[in-house]
Amino acid sequence: MREDSTHKSYKIRGTASDKVLTVVVIIFLLSFTVVTLYPVINTVALSFNDGIDAVRGGIYLIPRKFSMKNYKTVMEMQNIWTGAKITVCRTVLATVTSLIANALLAFVVSRKRFLFKSGLSLFWVITMYVNGGMIPIFLLYKNLGLTGTFHVYWIPGMISAFNMLVMRTYMEGIPESLEESAQLDGAGYWTIFARIISPLCKPVYATVALFIAVWQWNSWFDAMLYNRMKTEYTTLQYELMKLLSSVMQQSGSAENAKNGAATITPVTIRAAATVVTMLPIVCLYPFLQRYFVTGLTIGGVKE
Amino acid sequence: MAQAKTAKKKINKFSLKEMKRQTFLMIVSFFMVVYGIIFYYWPLTGWLMAFENFKPKKGLLGSKFVGLDKFKFLFEDDVFIKVIRNTFAMGLINLVSTTIMAVLFAIILNEVRRAWIKKPIQTISYLPHFLSWIVVTGILHDSLSASGIVNDLLLKFGFVNQAINFFAFPKYFWGIVAFAQCWKETGWNAIIYLAAITAIDPNLYEAASIDGADRLHKIRYITLPGIKPTFMILLLMNVGNVLNAGFEVQYLLGNGLVQSVSQTIDIYVLKWGISQNDYSLGTAAGLFKSAVSILLIVIANEISKRYGEERLF
Repeated sequence: MREDSTHKSYKIRGTASDKVLTVVVIIFLLSFTVVTLYPVINTVALSFNDGIDAVRGGIYLIPRKFSMKNYKTVMEMQNIWTGAKITVCRTVLATVTSLIANALLAFVVSRKRFLFKSGLSLFWVITMYVNGGMIPIFLLYKNLGLTGTFHVYWIPGMISAFNMLVMRTYMEGIPESLEESAQLDGAGYWTIFARIISPLCKPVYATVALFIAVWQWNSWFDAMLYNRMKTEYTTLQYELMKLLSSVMQQSGSAENAKNGAATITPVTIRAAATVVTMLPIVCLYPFLQRYFVTGLTIGGVKE
Repeated sequence: MAQAKTAKKKINKFSLKEMKRQTFLMIVSFFMVVYGIIFYYWPLTGWLMAFENFKPKKGLLGSKFVGLDKFKFLFEDDVFIKVIRNTFAMGLINLVSTTIMAVLFAIILNEVRRAWIKKPIQTISYLPHFLSWIVVTGILHDSLSASGIVNDLLLKFGFVNQAINFFAFPKYFWGIVAFAQCWKETGWNAIIYLAAITAIDPNLYEAASIDGADRLHKIRYITLPGIKPTFMILLLMNVGNVLNAGFEVQYLLGNGLVQSVSQTIDIYVLKWGISQNDYSLGTAAGLFKSAVSILLIVIANEISKRYGEERLF
């Protein structure tokens, strides 16, 4: 709304440079949208196309010879089902636990009267910049008995300083008088957290929940590093990676470049598996847009 | 009012009553600190491995201390020198290209006034951020393959006579990685810049119009200076991450033919530490990375302080 009023005046008498700018804006945004969307649409088109027909190439935005066979093939892969199950479980469990843990921590460090407020804050901010690195962390998880179990997906990353800071900034924006009046009525800190602060923090909770859920859904490296041998704890992305990587490694050899179609997994089946893994998030994010935009701008910048 | 005042006076005073009131906060803090020590601070003791010939059986304290031997090995290894170069180069290229793209996108999108054009474009721009690197590299791989869209267009318009195998030549790799980063994160990174632009006082634009400024002038003299603080703080935060920006894409897109330019420190750590079981060497490489990252943050912060800009701490 604000922008409308700012630009109104010169819209009437545009100079030559304004007209050039308009053309540049249109061309830039058009190509940006095409470059962003095309590969995704192409993948969807391929996933609905007949496998043998697709080898001929030339499929762009719509399938040429429609077929649901690729999805049938993907659905028949047992490891895809296992991966999907584990991925859903870890996403749900980690989102809930991590959200609660981060919210509690953010609540504690945003209490102005808390005695160890700055100490605890610093304790966590340091973890953003200093960490043990891949090997010490790997050994730690091994010693704690986390490797080779499902728990390695949700326990270690439960608290993240970044998410905590986003929430803290938001909570600090809530007037202190609310807390004080509740205290006068005899409310303890738990009541203040559960009844007063949390209901006001819905937007930032939604933002952080989305961050965690997306992170969990898209994780593959932990499955590869900690549960490589445990096929029952594989994740969807890791299974997709295995499907795709057999092809990627091949393109390194020159002979294969010429007949790019001769691959281990047909391109259409890879496309179907890709669509299956990205579908839930792609369907969900537009509806959460208003949350993550406000959450990110309020919580993120001010830190 | 009077009560609030007395309560405020007590801030940071270790009165028994205040302590009792804060029991809940203390309990939560206690668990948070225990958790933090286990999962974030305890692994730091593992850095000791970089200075010894670590054997899991002998443990951290029982293994033989070898001083800087592992670091000496690292810096005498030509591969590691190349790995450092790759990490820095790609981190820097990615940082510069993604920042430029985000600022450019935010400014250009801000020039669109019609909400029905702006909103959908913005929604589309977030899409790639929500895709995993597996999906992104998979899609990218197909687009750049011999029968992919890029070669298709190049052949159609006669730029090349034969399809290029982009993943077989080291010269393309850094560019591909930078493109992948930009493709994935431009819309997402632009969110903060767009918010910063919205926060600029509209009167400034109004006044500029009266003085006869055209849109380009306004971008240059109002919008760009307006987002400078945001730009600086994001730059500062990302400088420390330059060395961290190098794992997933390179790991997923790399192959034997481009190894000399695709390997980064993290991949090197994975290769030596996990696959070859040389924990000490892997830790040494990781420690080197952490040390340089911290150094970069401190330097960036100092420079920023000197020029009177925003700073992190």
